[in-house]
Amino acid sequence: MTAEASVIEVELESDLKNVEVAEEITRRVSGTVGFSEDDQHKIDMAVHESVINAIWHGNKNDPGKHVWLRFQMFSDRLEIRIRDQGNGYDPSKLPDPLAEENLLNVSGRGIFLLRTFMDEFRVEGIAGGGTEVILVKRINSNNSAQSRRNEP
Amino acid sequence: MSMKATLRQVDSIIVIDMSGRITLGEGCTQLRELVREQLGKGKKELLLNLADITYIDSSGIGELVSAFTTVSNQGGQLKLLNLTKKVHDLLQITKLYTVFDVHDDEAKAIGTFGKAAGA
Ligand SMILES: Nc1ncnc2c1ncn2[C@@H]1O[C@H](COP(=O)(O)OP(=O)(O)O)[C@@H](O)[C@H]1O
Ligand SMILES: [Mg+2]
Repeated sequence: MTAEASVIEVELESDLKNVEVAEEITRRVSGTVGFSEDDQHKIDMAVHESVINAIWHGNKNDPGKHVWLRFQMFSDRLEIRIRDQGNGYDPSKLPDPLAEENLLNVSGRGIFLLRTFMDEFRVEGIAGGGTEVILVKRINSNNSAQSRRNEP
Repeated sequence: MSMKATLRQVDSIIVIDMSGRITLGEGCTQLRELVREQLGKGKKELLLNLADITYIDSSGIGELVSAFTTVSNQGGQLKLLNLTKKVHDLLQITKLYTVFDVHDDEAKAIGTFGKAAGA
């Protein structure tokens, strides 16, 4: 009911062990916000993939570089920002994992999956260096329109 | 927390009952080694029972694809059994559902080995 959004911020070292830490926090947050079990799994997976990318592709596994996770809860949505200290990338230039010639590739499905699972996905360069992935999941994004239609 | 696998043999087929997570790190490594080990023993007919797999990430999907192509390239067959809804949906949206031979009845799945794919 309050207009003010609550924020949770975490700083993680670039160690794949911290992927589980990120997941743990994500599960708590998405549970608190009241997402369905199905949506919680989607959010969980989107953060999982993004944190791995931040550590792996962004920070190149450099333990001296960090990843910042920021959860902002609004009344209608959850906004998650994953920031790394890498040079970024253009998500519109990635090969399509559904293309016939890519179907049997062993990698390249992370961004595709989180795009499918979240309502919004953006990549932004940070002034002064670094990259931020912004993920948004709306509350009842699948069901609310349906239930509202049934109201008198 | 991670992945567990139990192996049993039905006729000439190795059924691998898997539980937990197939995700980057341990889960993926375990799957890779398991498949390599079976191929090393000359076991080329593998049925992965994914009934108790709770979580597969993009790396896990890649590992399944890799297992599938490795086994196929050696003239073997790797098939999937008992997908949960989550895993089913994941294979559906990545268009891999039709690449893999997926079953939900173990006895029937066993019966399809040795026959040409799609037969
Ligand atoms: N945080 C990041 N920083 C730099 N490049 C990235 C980042 N995330 C993703 N990428 C680039 O996008 C590509 C696709 O990512 P993804 O879909 O997760 O597939 P994968 O991680 O399996 O390569 C990566 O291979 C990488 O080149
Ligand atoms: Mg990735």
